[in-house]
Amino acid sequence: MSAIVSVENLSVVFDDFTALDNVSIDVFAGESFGLVGESGSGKSTLLRSIAGLAPPAGGTMRITGRELRGRDRDKAFYRAVQMVFQDPYGSLHPRQTIDRQLMEPLAIHGARDGERRILKALDEVGLGSGFRFRYPHQLSGGQRQRVAIARALILEPSILLLDEPTSALDASVQAEVLNLLEQVRHDRKLTFVMVSHDLGVVTHMCDRLAVMQGGRVVERLTSDDLAGGRIDEDYTRNLMVASKGFRRHAEPITQGAASPSRP
Amino acid sequence: MSALLTVEDLRVCFPTRTGMVEAVRGVSFALGRERLGIVGESGSGKSQTGRAIMGLTPPQAQVTARTLSFDGIELLSAPPKLRRSLRGKRIAMILQDPKYSLNPVMSIGRQIVETLREHEDVSGAEARERALEMLAAVQIRDPKRVFGLYPHEVSGGMGQRAMIAMMLVAGPELLIADEPTSALDVTVQLEVLSILDKLVAERGMGLIFVSHDLRLVSSFCDRVLVMYAGRIVEELAASDLANAKHPYTQGLFNCMPVIGADRHPLPVLERKPEWAL
Ligand SMILES: Nc1ncnc2c1ncn2[C@@H]1O[C@H](COP(=O)(O)OP(=O)(O)OP(=O)(O)O)[C@@H](O)[C@H]1O
Ligand SMILES: Nc1ncnc2c1ncn2[C@@H]1O[C@H](COP(=O)(O)OP(=O)(O)OP(=O)(O)O)[C@@H](O)[C@H]1O
Ligand SMILES: [Mg+2]
Ligand SMILES: [Mg+2]
Repeated sequence: MSAIVSVENLSVVFDDFTALDNVSIDVFAGESFGLVGESGSGKSTLLRSIAGLAPPAGGTMRITGRELRGRDRDKAFYRAVQMVFQDPYGSLHPRQTIDRQLMEPLAIHGARDGERRILKALDEVGLGSGFRFRYPHQLSGGQRQRVAIARALILEPSILLLDEPTSALDASVQAEVLNLLEQVRHDRKLTFVMVSHDLGVVTHMCDRLAVMQGGRVVERLTSDDLAGGRIDEDYTRNLMVASKGFRRHAEPITQGAASPSRP
Repeated sequence: MSALLTVEDLRVCFPTRTGMVEAVRGVSFALGRERLGIVGESGSGKSQTGRAIMGLTPPQAQVTARTLSFDGIELLSAPPKLRRSLRGKRIAMILQDPKYSLNPVMSIGRQIVETLREHEDVSGAEARERALEMLAAVQIRDPKRVFGLYPHEVSGGMGQRAMIAMMLVAGPELLIADEPTSALDVTVQLEVLSILDKLVAERGMGLIFVSHDLRLVSSFCDRVLVMYAGRIVEELAASDLANAKHPYTQGLFNCMPVIGADRHPLPVLERKPEWAL
């Protein structure tokens, strides 16, 4: 079986800073692949690079076998691949209504039944038609995130790059959105690459995952291995411990940097 | 316990093209020098409650309250100049969309330095030193590099921590933290919480901690308010969150994906119209 998303030895450099250092992942058609790891370790950069938003300094990327070059992505690419950004405020246009932002991708790709699809997309993410003519600043954080998800789904892509898609949602809406994502993945044979810092969410959604730290993939494992504690790297183990919640007066788990907040 | 903040019957309404949106509908609570959690459904009015306390409500909205007082100052009738001087110095808020809330054309470091110098008479060199210390305290790996970066050049979690550093640098007495750790990996999350914890325990800061993360709220906060459709529907000791009475709160725990559990699809809430009455 060949990978539908294949990244080989990808490096991304900003000025002198290496954000991704020889990263490789293979994601198979219909699979949901998870990325977890330290804040600043390059998870968003990896997704952005696939989407043509961060120029690679080395390595190759392929989507359905076709090599992606530089930052150029054609219309067919965006029809097949959609991304939900970590920061929904930044990815929505501040001075356009939700309606217009959902209409735009449909118009670019010449879809006809726009009206019906917009209403369906809003309904799927639990937003009534009352939100349709609002502007992004008139929505709560979680409502904006749901608009971003609706916009990514509206073109019925085959690959979704999801960057923290539910971190702005309460558990009840999160469950609805995760169920929706699983449902469309099943119905439309979608492939997901999903970043989340919530290990409960990643293991629920993904069979396999990669753990990143400092621009590298430090461990690859299955969700079953993670749940069963079959872990090789200390960093991954720390993540598991920390995911159990806050412990007062316990020494926090440090990761190199000094912690001046403690005596 | 004398209250640092008293909120009675707070209401926030927005006129929109499809009618009035009542975002906050009569919220009352008192805050001492403690960790108060606020959880609640997306869109239930958590951020608008925080913004009203800060005086950051958009101008077209109407804010009313029987009482909204901070350390004896009636905020809604206070002169704008007094209100401005409280903001950032004595009352600070970590906003939910940090990267959007930071100034896009100013480096992270300069924003922290300027915030500090607005409120304290310190030399440029000292301000820079303190900003770098603050960035290190929030676990930024390479504070010198990040000091010089612009908001679009930092990761989601780094932007969030930059915002936290900026809000803490002036030493506020009341901190409203709106989803302050939602973009952080779990190890960094705990480090940041231990900083906030220490400010409450040692400096007597009052903390309002808005979060979707029930596991964090129940392990970190003292008390929790649960919001639904613009109102507080339940108040609990944080350690009792799992024994909540309101069906919304009860349902929340059940919806969370848990490592090792195999539940597809996840259970969802059956929302009852009477919850929103
Ligand atoms: N345009 C840019 N210029 C300079 N540095 C950048 C730029 N974009 C990203 N970086 C750096 O690349 C590193 C990786 O960032 P990235 O956003 O990929 O992290 P992340 O793993 O998604 O973190 P988080 O979990 O906090 O969102 C960070 O150190 C960031 O400062
Ligand atoms: N400018 C505005 N005009 C109209 N309605 C608004 C405006 N700003 C916010 N609202 C509405 O007010 C309600 C409360 O918003 P708020 O941001 O306080 O929610 P929240 O509880 O913080 O939600 P989340 O968890 O999703 O961030 C939402 O339904 C939102 O759509
Ligand atoms: Mg990121
Ligand atoms: Mg909010």
